[in-house]
This record gives sequence, structure tokens and C-alpha cells, in this order.
Amino acid sequence: MTSAYLIRADFPLFAARPELVYLDSTATSQKPRVVIEALEHYYREINANVHRGAYDLSVQATLAYEEARRKMARFLGADEREIIFVRNTTEALNLLVYAWGLRVLKAGDEILLTEMEHHANLVPWHLVAVHTGAKIKAIPVRGDGRLDLDSLDRLLTDRVRVVSLTHMSNVLGTVNPVAQIAKAAKEKGALVIVDGAQSAPHMPVDVTGLGADFFALSGHKMCGPTGAGVLWGRYEMLEKMQPFLGGGEMINEVYLERSSYAKPPQRFEAGTPAIAEAVALGVAAEYLMGIGMQNIWQHDRSLVDYALARLDEELPEVKTFGPRGPDRGGVIAFTLGGLHAHDVATALDQHGIAVRAGHHCAQPLHRKLGLAATARASFYLYTTRDEVDRFIEALKKVREFFKDWL
Amino acid sequence: MSLLEELYRETILSHYKSPKNFGPLADASVSIKGDNPSCGDQLELLLKLNGGRITEVRFQGHGCAISIASASMMTELVKNKTLDQALELTRQFKAMVVDGAEPAPELGDLKALAGVSKLHARTKCATLAWNTLEEAAKEAGTS
Ligand SMILES: Cc1ncc(COP(=O)(O)O)c(C=O)c1O
Repeated sequence: MTSAYLIRADFPLFAARPELVYLDSTATSQKPRVVIEALEHYYREINANVHRGAYDLSVQATLAYEEARRKMARFLGADEREIIFVRNTTEALNLLVYAWGLRVLKAGDEILLTEMEHHANLVPWHLVAVHTGAKIKAIPVRGDGRLDLDSLDRLLTDRVRVVSLTHMSNVLGTVNPVAQIAKAAKEKGALVIVDGAQSAPHMPVDVTGLGADFFALSGHKMCGPTGAGVLWGRYEMLEKMQPFLGGGEMINEVYLERSSYAKPPQRFEAGTPAIAEAVALGVAAEYLMGIGMQNIWQHDRSLVDYALARLDEELPEVKTFGPRGPDRGGVIAFTLGGLHAHDVATALDQHGIAVRAGHHCAQPLHRKLGLAATARASFYLYTTRDEVDRFIEALKKVREFFKDWL
Repeated sequence: MSLLEELYRETILSHYKSPKNFGPLADASVSIKGDNPSCGDQLELLLKLNGGRITEVRFQGHGCAISIASASMMTELVKNKTLDQALELTRQFKAMVVDGAEPAPELGDLKALAGVSKLHARTKCATLAWNTLEEAAKEAGTS
């Protein structure tokens, strides 16, 4: 990969805040100049509504928007008709819950999740369970932070209608063997939904190879602006699905009492979309592809291995969570002695190190870990080894500062 | 003195390590749970009231040093005060940690938390117990 030291120069925020060590890309990534400029360029020179006007400007806006769809299709190894622009992963998963889950599932059906899910892949299913009487089950997380696949045989009954799971945990960094689970689920006739919020930004993703039916991502975690994300779905599935939101852009014909719907993907894009954001997300995907997703993954991997090795060696009071090995991305949730994660994060912040503290929208997982909160450091393509060093040195100072509290 | 040194001092440490008035309270007149959903801190405040006066107050739950120390000191301060006095203290405390006002003398040891006003991310921790106290006062007023 181009050195992270050079990549940083693409990100204006780092020039504006030279002292900052930003270790919270799991929450949202920083944005490269090309993405910021794409937003401005769109509003300065292209702005019009899409799919509407007969005039040239609207055609230009539509072309830019559809070009972004093609870029996202290329990014995911998909067909452009299978790319639905949504706001974020949360909206993508809710779309599936409203358009499919609430309509199709019945009492006695089972929904199989995992214990490491983000609330975005739990709470929408709770709605389904309450309204339909379907039952929620979860694949357990083992002590090493990996899914307990031995339980899959037992959990994957004929009643399971959908398996919805995260590709990569935002707390443990675990990369789940989605293809293997999808294969088993498909054999039982279950639908497979993948929460790709953490995988899409950090590793090569080929949705067809995954064997899933749906894949959700958030643009803002992969160098894009907030407000634009993608739901990918297999076209046959999308074609069978009813819309989630009704309104303009998603129709074929409308009468006063009824309407017929457009084909996917328009069927699922009611109303004026976040056009500039989608266009800029396409630019972000192109930027990442230019650097190479495999390179980014290797970079994250080498930083996390380096950081974990140093923590193990030099900070025995730090407890980290998640697996060790090639199925571990650049996320480190940790605790320092008996200190509360917030106190640790506040102290690190005083040294210019930005880490997250809390349950990271994964309360069931934290309950399983027996903790209310962890601190979390995460890495991305612009994170340098120097920053990991500064993080570790700062953590030592924090340990020293709180030595009577540990 | 750094902000950290200013904040994480002996007072806070001792209240965090051995919180005062911590644990259940049988026959509480009011019990209210408070939480910070974004960070997972949870506490339950239990009050015994007699004619608008707080005769007994305890709390339980978990949280960071700032939220536990704040709750612990709060219980010491509001015990034997009337609800109205407790609400006035709540206003003074919030003025200090949210708006950075000079600590009111009535707040006593709680002035140790004044530095929180410079840490916007942590005001929610410091005010958790106090917000819960306000809820409890509302509940007591309506029951
Ligand atoms: C694994 C996972 N799923 C879903 C989400 C939700 O993403 P968003 O808030 O962009 O909808 C996140 C973001 O934190 C995540 O890490």
C-alpha cells in the first residue's frame, strides 16, 4: 500500500489538527479531499433533482447519481440494478425488516442472529418478533471472540427463515465466516443478511462470493459523507419484495387509490435521495479501490498485530478482547485494570488520543463479556505506526496517572 | 495542574472506591432508575421521604469514577434536606459542571467535580445522579 504517512496528506482534517491521533474510524472515518471536493463540485456545478427534469442539468445530475451506483456495484462485485442507496446500515436493515420481515414472518418462525451484533441488527428484529411472534435466537460468541459454529447445527432448524449477522464485529474485530454460515443457512432455505458496516470499509468484499441475499453498508465509515449508504440485494429477491417507503421516484403508475411500483432499485428509493452524498460515496469507493482494499486490509492487520503485541508485552494491566489471527480486523476493545472505560478515554483524550468508550451499540456482547463498557481503539488506512506508538505511550502515562486506582 | 490532575483527585477516588450510601434501601418512598444509554452507566436512586424532607437516600448501579463519585457526594449532601433544597442544589451543581459557573459554597466537596465543565463528553456522567434526583422529586410530587 502507499504508505499511510502519505495517505494522510489526502485528509484535510489531519492537517487542521496535526496533534490529533484519531482512533475511532470504526464509528466514522475521516474524509479525503476528493470526497469533500465532490460534494462541493456537485452543488456548484451539477445540482438538480434526479430522474425528473427533461433539461440538461437534471440529466447531468441523474448521470452523476447513476454513475455512483455503478461505482458501488463495482466496489461490491455486484450488478448496478442491485444497489439501493439508503442513508446507512441502520436504514438498510430496517428496510429489510419493514419490506420483508414484518410482511413474511409468522409466529413460530425463527430469526437467527449472533451475540456480537450491533443494535442496528438487533432492535429492528425485535420489532419483527413483537409484531409477528417470530422468535429470535443467537449464535453464541466463544471466549476467544469467535462465533461458536458448533452450535450452528442445533440452532439452524427448519424454522429459521432468516440469518442476519455481522461480517466484522465493531467491538471484537472478528471477521465471521459468512460464506460458510450462508451456505448452511441456504441449505435450510433461510434468507441471509450481512451487516457489512465494518467489513466494507476495511476489506475486499465480493457479495456474490459471500452467498448472501443482502449486504448493508454505511458510506460514512468508508471515507464517504454521512447520509449515504448502500443496501445490496440479489435481484430476484429485490424483485419479489414490496417497497418499504412509498412516494415519488419509486412508482410506475399512480391512481388515486392505488399504484404500481417501479422495478428495483428505484422501488426502494422513495423521494429525493441524498444525491450529492451518493455521488461523493461513489468517489470514496473509487478512492479506496485506487489504494486497493486488500492493501487496506493488510495495513489494518499489521497495525492491529503490532498494537496487540506491544500491549501484551508492555501493558499487562490492559485486557483486550477479540480473536488473534488472520480473522481479526483493526479494532481493539480494551479495559485498563479496574478502571471504567470513560475515565480511560478521558485521560487518553488529554494526550490527544481519540478513542471511544462505552458499549459501542453492542450491549448484549458487553453483557456476555461481563462489562458495562470498554474503551476501543480502531485503525484505518491513514493510521500510522507512529500513532499506534503514541497511543501505547499515552496508555502507559494513563496507567501511571491512575496507578492508585487500578 | 493538568485537567486530569484537577479532576481525578483524592476526593473523587475515595468516593469512587468506596461510595457513600451505596446499596439497597428497604421501604423507599421513591425509587427511580437513571441511565446514560449511550455509555451504559446505570444507577438507581432510592429515597425515603418524610413531609417533603429526604430522611434517607441510597443509590446502586455502576458507572465511571465521575458518575459514581458524583452520586456518592450527592447523597451525602441532600440527606436531611427538603426536596426543594435538593432541587436548588441540583441547579447549582449543573451550573457548575455544565456552564462552568463558580462552585456555590453549598456544594461543598462536590466542587471537586468543577473541572467536568471543561470536558463536554463527561457532563452526562456527572449529572446522571442529579437528573435522576430531579425525576425522583417529580415522582414524589405527583404521588
Ligand atoms: C457492525 C455495525 N453495524 C451497524 C452499524 C450502524 O451503522 P450506522 O450508524 O451508520 O447505520 C455500525 C456502526 O457503528 C456497525 O459497526
